[in-house]
Amino acid sequence: MSNLWNNYRYLFFRRFTQIGLLVLYFGANAWGWKMLQGNLSSSSILGIIPMSDPFAALQMLAAGAVMATNLLVGVAVVVVFYFLVGGRAFCSWVCPINMITDAANFSREKLGINKVQGIKQPASRKIRYWVLALSLIISALMGVTAFEFVSPISMVHRGIVFGLGFGWAAMLIIFLFDLFVLKNGWCGHICPLGGFYSLLGKFSLIRVQHYKENCTACMKCKVVCPENQVLHMINKETLPVLSGECTNCARCIEVCDDDALGFSIRNMAKNKKTGE
Amino acid sequence: MSENRPENKKKKKPLSDRRKFILGMARGVGLATLGGFVWSAYVDEVTASELLLRPPGAIKEDNFLKTCIKCGLCVEACPYDTLLLAKPGDNKPLGTPYFVPRDIPCYMCPDIPCVPVCPTGALDQSSVTTDGKLDINIADMGLAVVDEESCIAFWGIQCDACYRACPILGEAITIEYEQNSRTGKHAFMKPIVHSDACTGCGLCEKACVTEIAAIHILPRETAMGKAGDYYIKGWDKDDEKRLENAKEIKTTTELSKQKASDKLNGNLLGDLYE
Repeated sequence: MSNLWNNYRYLFFRRFTQIGLLVLYFGANAWGWKMLQGNLSSSSILGIIPMSDPFAALQMLAAGAVMATNLLVGVAVVVVFYFLVGGRAFCSWVCPINMITDAANFSREKLGINKVQGIKQPASRKIRYWVLALSLIISALMGVTAFEFVSPISMVHRGIVFGLGFGWAAMLIIFLFDLFVLKNGWCGHICPLGGFYSLLGKFSLIRVQHYKENCTACMKCKVVCPENQVLHMINKETLPVLSGECTNCARCIEVCDDDALGFSIRNMAKNKKTGE
Repeated sequence: MSENRPENKKKKKPLSDRRKFILGMARGVGLATLGGFVWSAYVDEVTASELLLRPPGAIKEDNFLKTCIKCGLCVEACPYDTLLLAKPGDNKPLGTPYFVPRDIPCYMCPDIPCVPVCPTGALDQSSVTTDGKLDINIADMGLAVVDEESCIAFWGIQCDACYRACPILGEAITIEYEQNSRTGKHAFMKPIVHSDACTGCGLCEKACVTEIAAIHILPRETAMGKAGDYYIKGWDKDDEKRLENAKEIKTTTELSKQKASDKLNGNLLGDLYE
């Protein structure tokens, strides 16, 4: 039992955070709670501290909108927060899509679809940066926030808080895409918000650290990791995971039975030595 | 080049790194162009919405679409559940706030709770502020339009539901008396909307007693025409000044070179509009 807890503790915390935030947002609209009002695009804590999606703000800038002070303060709050906890911590600890794609991944494993499709992924994980650039270009050309009008993230989150409409279809599309078309398809390949937070996460402080001396090369971490290209150092070097594409989901830490992985504060000296 | 010749005889030659890179980039650019056009077309369709009523203080629609971050804080601030966020399937710009006055109109709260919470300025506080104080009476959400065919007051039935419901009573809607020549004995009491005072709150539309409201709110740009500077009111010295703004118009329609008499005396079977 303690082993079970040990192997799923971060997953539990993540689900707790994800669902807890959804409940707070939902309560704000349904019952007038003041803790967390708005949605992931922009919200306010206790009606005082503003938070705004920096990627949405970037699209507004590209579209040529006038940037309000409140918005810029909100963006700064979010950027500083994710600079500290790791850019893509948003993806695995906050974003509601994560639960859908995790469910797809789980089903993929259980149904054996991974075996049918093989290990080789047919698409590049760089697509997200192309989509990121494209969303800014379209925003500039069309004068609207391009990704915000198609984003399944805000569609689903807004849907849960304010009423879903046909938003369930967006959820199903993501689920089916990740299940049948591409492993880690949305979060790991396409999502430009994830791409944006990857770029931000390059500089973030909290990182996963690998200790080679403890590693037994069981490779459980690489199997469980949704972005396993970031774990290139496993059993090779004692290094922190420096890639911004790591979502700090901590699945690798909890599946490791040999204490070869753990959270750490980014070590700048080591960072310079390896030149990453 | 000559050194490469023998290799060409082999059926498959591995791609050079440079070629691989160029092909890879071409593929990326191609896919991005394809995706970009589909994406743009979709966004263009979903943002086309002329008949949408926005919350008080909303800036012009094209600016609104780029400035609204779709957070729903205005929706949460509205105490009457008037404001809604467009859901997938509503066929409105996704995630943006709007209201349907026949269901729930804007009750014109004096403290306008929906406007100051807007983080991006898509709802502009200064547009609903007079002398440093919030003033809902200068809001412009739309304009009430009366359908004289279905408004029963225009039939001679005494109904002033819209007039009574109007929060700017006696200014935005007035009742004009007119003789009912059909009966010869009674009066029409016709509701007349005044565009300078109407805020488009929709309380009149909500109150209207007909099966489908005979008075309804339209976005101001849709509801109103514009005479331009070429027409002025006669006997009105002030209005004549507008003529100064009028510029010469050159007609681009080509005039017929034939004389009118030629046309009349010519081919009688010819097309009159030829």
